[in-house]
Amino acid sequence: MLKINNLHAAIDGKDILKGLDLEVADGEVHAIMGPNGSGKSTLAQVLAGRETFTVTDGSVDWDGADLLALPAEERARAGLFLAFQYPVEIPGVSNAYFLKAAVNAVRRHRGLPEYDAMDFLSRVKAEMKAVGMKEEFLYRSVNEGFSGGEKKRNEVLQMALLEPRLAVLDETDSGLDIDALKIVAEGVNRLRSPERSMIVITHYQRLLDYIVPDKVHVLSQGRIVRSGGRELALELEEHGYGWIDAAQGGKAGGASVGARP
Amino acid sequence: MNAPTPAAATSPARRGDAIGAFLEQDYAAGFETTLDTDTVPKGLSEDIIRLISARKGEPDWLLDWRLEAYRHWLTMTPPAWAAVQFPPVDFQDIVYYSAPKSKKDGPKSLDEVDPELLRTFEKLGVPLHERARLAGVAVDAVFDSVSVATTFKKELGEHGVIFCSFSEAVKEHPELVRQYLGTVVPPGDNFYAALNSAVFSDGSFVFIPKGVKCPMELSTYFRINARDTGQFERTLIIAEEGASVSYLEGCTAPMRDENQLHAAVVELIALDDAKIKYSTVQNWYPGDKDGKGGIYNFVTKRGDCRGARSHISWTQVETGSAITWKYPSVILRGDDSVGDFHSVALTNNLQQADTGTKMIHMGRNTRSTILSKGISAGRGSNTFRGLVKVTPKAEGARNYTQCDSLLIGDRCAAHTFPTIEVRHPTAHVEHEATTSRIGEDQLFYAMQRGISAEDAVSMIVNGFCREVFKELPMEFAVEAQKLLGVSLEGSVG
Repeated sequence: MLKINNLHAAIDGKDILKGLDLEVADGEVHAIMGPNGSGKSTLAQVLAGRETFTVTDGSVDWDGADLLALPAEERARAGLFLAFQYPVEIPGVSNAYFLKAAVNAVRRHRGLPEYDAMDFLSRVKAEMKAVGMKEEFLYRSVNEGFSGGEKKRNEVLQMALLEPRLAVLDETDSGLDIDALKIVAEGVNRLRSPERSMIVITHYQRLLDYIVPDKVHVLSQGRIVRSGGRELALELEEHGYGWIDAAQGGKAGGASVGARP
Repeated sequence: MNAPTPAAATSPARRGDAIGAFLEQDYAAGFETTLDTDTVPKGLSEDIIRLISARKGEPDWLLDWRLEAYRHWLTMTPPAWAAVQFPPVDFQDIVYYSAPKSKKDGPKSLDEVDPELLRTFEKLGVPLHERARLAGVAVDAVFDSVSVATTFKKELGEHGVIFCSFSEAVKEHPELVRQYLGTVVPPGDNFYAALNSAVFSDGSFVFIPKGVKCPMELSTYFRINARDTGQFERTLIIAEEGASVSYLEGCTAPMRDENQLHAAVVELIALDDAKIKYSTVQNWYPGDKDGKGGIYNFVTKRGDCRGARSHISWTQVETGSAITWKYPSVILRGDDSVGDFHSVALTNNLQQADTGTKMIHMGRNTRSTILSKGISAGRGSNTFRGLVKVTPKAEGARNYTQCDSLLIGDRCAAHTFPTIEVRHPTAHVEHEATTSRIGEDQLFYAMQRGISAEDAVSMIVNGFCREVFKELPMEFAVEAQKLLGVSLEGSVG
C-alpha cells in the first residue's frame, strides 16, 4: 500500500507539487491524467528519488516504510520501478551488461541468488520475445540510437525483469504509434498481479483503452483535483482539461474537491 | 514550507560521495621498502656521469656517448609548450643513481636477490619466482636504477630471443646496443631525452631475431623506491625481419610529499614485416588530493617502422603521475608500414596530463590509427596533443584519428590540440573528436534500476575506454580495469 500525504516538491525554488494526496492499494492500477505542467512527471521523479527535486513537505508511506528517506537505488531494489518518459542513453555500456547489473543488484537485495551469464541470457531473451524486441538490442549501448518505440519497449523489458512491487509509468504512450502502443500495453497488462501496484501517468485517454485502470485521478497545478473510475477518463476526453479547470473555479481551486480517492 | 525531509537534505552530498568514492581510491602501491643502497651524491656533473658509468663497468664509447649527450643537454632548456604547470625542477637536487646493494657484482640468479626486494615485487603483484609467474609472461624488474631480475631468460634464449637488463646487454651484446642505441631518439632529440642519454641507469633490452615470433609476453616492471631519486631508464626493442613481440610495462612508486622525476627513453625498431606491440599501464604515484607530491613523468617513446610492412602499436593506460608529458610516436619509414596509438589517460584531483602521439608518414601506403580517450575528474587537466605528418614522398598515406574526452564533475578540463601536416595530395586524413560528460540523468537512470552511482560511473567510464582496453593483453586489461575501479564490460553474452 502506497500512501502519499500532502506532498510538496520544488525544483530550482519553483513549487511544482502543492499538497498531493494519493493512496494506491496492492494490486491496483491507478491512472493519473492532467494537462502539461500539472506536475505528473514531477510526481513520478519524486517517487523514484530524483535529487534534482526537493521535497519541501509531506510524506510517502510505502508498506510502513518512509519512502522519502531511502536513496533512489534502495527504492529501486525494494521494488519501485519508474518507466521513464525519456529513457536515458548511456553510450559505451551494453544493454545486456546494464540489465544484468540491475537485475542482480535487485536480486541481491531480495536475498535471491544472482544470475550467471547463462541464466540471465535465457531469462532476458524470453522477456524480449514477449515485448517484441530483437536480440541485437542486448548488444547495443543502452538506449543509444533506439527509436522512441524501441526505448519504451526497453523500459517495459526492464520492468518485467526487475519484477517491481510498484511500477510508475511516466507517459509511456508518448511518441508511440498505435501498434507499438498495443505491444507496450500488452507487456504492462501481462505484469498486472495482486501484489503489484501501478501508477500510469498519461496525457491522453487512449492508453487507458488498453491498460484499464481501477481508478483515475486528475492532476492540476500540483494536486489531485478529481478522482473517479474509468469513466472519468472518458469524460475528460470529451470535455478536455479546460473542463476541470472551469470546475475548479480558476487557479485558487477548491481545496478539498475530490482530493481524496 | 516546512524543513526539508532527510532525503532532500542529504542529497547533494550523497551524490558527490558516490562519484568521490569512485575517484578517491587509495594508492595501493604507495609503500616504501627499506634497503641498503649504493647511492651517488645528489647533483649532475661530468664527474657524476663518469661515476655512474664506472659503477656499471661500461666501455669507453658509451661513456663518451653519455658525456656528449650531457654537453648537449647543458645548451638546452626545458620545453615550455605543454599545457602543464609546475615549479622549475632543480636538476642539482636529484640523485641520479641509486641501487640496492648486492654482495657481488650483480645477482646471478633469483636466489642471490635480496629477499626484501622479491617481497616488494610480490606485494606489487609481480612475483619474480618463475613457478609463481603466470605462464607466458617473462618479467624484467627494475628497482630504482637497476634491473634486479629477469625471468625466463633460458627459455627465451632457446628461441634466440634476448631479453635482459640494459646493463647486461651493454656487456653481453655491445655490438647490438651500439648499432641501434640512439638511432630512433637521438641524444639531442629533446631536453629530457638528452638528460636521459647522459644519466640513464638501466632498463630493458629486447632483441627478436629474424623470423622469430616471441613465444611469450615480455614485461618490465619499474619501481621507484629511494627518496630524492630520479629514474632514467632506457628501453631498446629490436624486431628483425618477420619477427614479432608483445611487450608490457608497469610502473609504481611510494607515496611521498616531494615530486620525483622519471625521464625515460624508449626506442623501438621494426625491420621488414616485423611487429612490435608495446603496452603500458602507468600508475606512478599521482600526488595527494591537494596536489602534493607525485611523479613527474617526462618520457620520450618512439618507434621506427624501418622496414616495409612493419607494424608498431602503442597502447597506454595512464592513471598515475602528477604530471605526464609523453607522446609515443611512430616513424612510418617503410612502405606499407602501420602505426597505432591507443590511449586512456585519466586525470583526477590536481593531476595534469599532456599526452598524445606523432605519426610521421614517410613511406608509401603507410597507415596510422590514433584512438585517444581522455578522462578528467576532480580538478584534473587532460590534454591530447597530436601530430599527423605526411611527407612529400608518402604517397597513399592514410590516418584515422579519434579523440574522445569524458568529463566527470564540473571543475576538470579537457583540451585537444591536433596538428595535421599534409605534403602529398593522395593522403587521406580523418579526425573525429567528441566531448561528453557523465550526466546526472545517466546516474539517476542507473540508480533507478538499483545500480549504485559508483557502479554506474565505473560502468560508463569502462564503456568509454572499452575500445582501448581490448587492445591490451588480457592480464594488463584486468589490471587497467581494476585501476579505474571498474568491472568487466561485455562479460555477458
